Amino acid sequence: MTADSGFVVIGAGQAGGRAVEAMRKAGFAGRIVLVGEEPHVPYERPPLSKQLLSGDDGPETTYLRDRGFYREQDIDLRLGARASAIDPSARRVLLADGDELAYDKLLITTGSRVRRLAISGAELPGVFYLRDIEDALAIRARLAEGAALAVVGGGYIGLEVAAAARSRGCRVTVLEMEPVVMNRVVAPEVGRFFADVHAAQGAEVRTGTTVSGFAGDRRVDEVVCSDGTRLTVDLVVIGIGIMPNTALAEAAGLAVDDGIVVDEFGRTSDPEIFAAGDVARHYNPLLGRQIRLESWQNAQNQAIAVARVMCGSNVAYAEVPWFWSDQYDLNLQMTGVADRWDQIVYRGDMEDRRFTAFYLLDGVLVAANSVNLPRDVRYARKLIESGARVDRDALADPAVPLKTLLEA
Amino acid sequence: MSDANNAEWHRVAKTSEVTDDEPKAVQVGAEYIALFKVDGTFYATDDVCTHEFASLSEGFVEGDVIECPLHAGQFHIPTGKALSPPVEEDLRTFPVKVEGDDIYVQVPKG
Ligand SMILES: Cc1cc2nc3c(=O)[nH]c(=O)nc-3n(C[C@H](O)[C@H](O)[C@H](O)COP(=O)(O)OP(=O)(O)OC[C@H]3O[C@@H](n4cnc5c(N)ncnc54)[C@H](O)[C@@H]3O)c2cc1C
Ligand code: FES
Repeated sequence: MTADSGFVVIGAGQAGGRAVEAMRKAGFAGRIVLVGEEPHVPYERPPLSKQLLSGDDGPETTYLRDRGFYREQDIDLRLGARASAIDPSARRVLLADGDELAYDKLLITTGSRVRRLAISGAELPGVFYLRDIEDALAIRARLAEGAALAVVGGGYIGLEVAAAARSRGCRVTVLEMEPVVMNRVVAPEVGRFFADVHAAQGAEVRTGTTVSGFAGDRRVDEVVCSDGTRLTVDLVVIGIGIMPNTALAEAAGLAVDDGIVVDEFGRTSDPEIFAAGDVARHYNPLLGRQIRLESWQNAQNQAIAVARVMCGSNVAYAEVPWFWSDQYDLNLQMTGVADRWDQIVYRGDMEDRRFTAFYLLDGVLVAANSVNLPRDVRYARKLIESGARVDRDALADPAVPLKTLLEA
Repeated sequence: MSDANNAEWHRVAKTSEVTDDEPKAVQVGAEYIALFKVDGTFYATDDVCTHEFASLSEGFVEGDVIECPLHAGQFHIPTGKALSPPVEEDLRTFPVKVEGDDIYVQVPKG
């Protein structure tokens, strides 16, 4: 196409927002169009289940930049606009409103959408999911003191909602299918520690409980569990995971496998099309394998790295995965990938609410979870990156600075 | 002690309380200040990150850069400059002097 086709970015979330900034910062002076279905400028989602829910912040506190920024940077923001198709051979994006955008290079940052529960009553008013600003504000409006909330799914987002609701004086029950909460992201002992914290804060956590349906006339007023127990509620928030928005890419013939498949530079199976953020299944050189991450770090830093590649850089995105969750006064941070390990070494005491769990595989650190010790996770990231064997006794001894392990 | 520009020196810590890897948080009046030591020199900046609410003295120091413990935003310690997303706004810095083994910070009168 013509020289002024420039870059088109589909998906104005955190990744899309960080990408367009990075393109300008890298010196790209051509046309940039950022297409986003939501009415908001790009924003960060973590506060949706934290500050926005527990406090009275306005939605604009989550925005990466204000509208003026995009004007100054000469970035054409198309908000409330949905891309409906990509034509890779003509290098064109079709919008639902009929408009067409030509591109030299295309970036897909369409993120993910919530997984829905297909059980009876799930469509009743009063049953919520939490993904965007409107969801958060609608939930917040119903978290009145004394209201009874059932959270379906004891993942970190469900537990953050539980904590926010407790801070507003709601009666809270968390229903989790697995025997332990946050099963996907922390060690079972750490999950049990968090379940205990919630119980101490007055939230009831029922593990090993499957929800089979919701009941109510005009709105939800009961949750039905598969063991027959029923729970009276004023509202329900479901947090059972997300799915990448890959339909556009798939229809365009790009390689998709639980995420748009990209290399360490964010390149899809079409050399002019890139992807980043939640939607991208990327090759991570540090881990030596493909991985799809659903995290703030990845949305920001992968997007920046890929945007630079689109502008001519040849630096791969290579970071040890890291993310966090805030519940009550606890800051939980997780790094590495905790899917295979043969030993967990603890540093510090759970009773002090400051401790770190280190996951080892054949004596090599592969992951860590820390509670209120963010610095430990920072050192853990470095240790994981180095791939070196670590001394278990030193790891377990809070008197030995982790820095000395890095130097060892 | 006071100064012409309406700022006062406050004794805030002993030099031994601040190490390269572990900065220290101090409070002067209503100001929360982080003390850093980089290559033997002491610096003072705001302790509270300009992104959300985090205490930078609990962050991670690498060279002359402090990384926020919450979302890894980075600041240049000597100048307070915001270096990498998500932080955009710089930190304020405060003059520091050492007398004997005492660290003093100069803070404008509030
Ligand atoms: C409640 C909540 C709390 C979280 N807390 C944390 C946390 O504490 N720590 C952490 O590390 N991570 C957290 N996350 C995860 C983190 O927010 C996500 O990983 C991140 O938002 C992913 O960014 P993204 O830009 O890839 O996708 P998204 O943020 O999903 O953005 C994608 C955007 O693309 C738009 N879009 C999709 N399809 C189209 C189309 N066809 N046309 C136009 N626009 C389209 C969508 O509307 C959306 O705005 C949280 C997420 C949620 C929902
Ligand atoms: S609070 Fe410091 S980077 Fe977010």
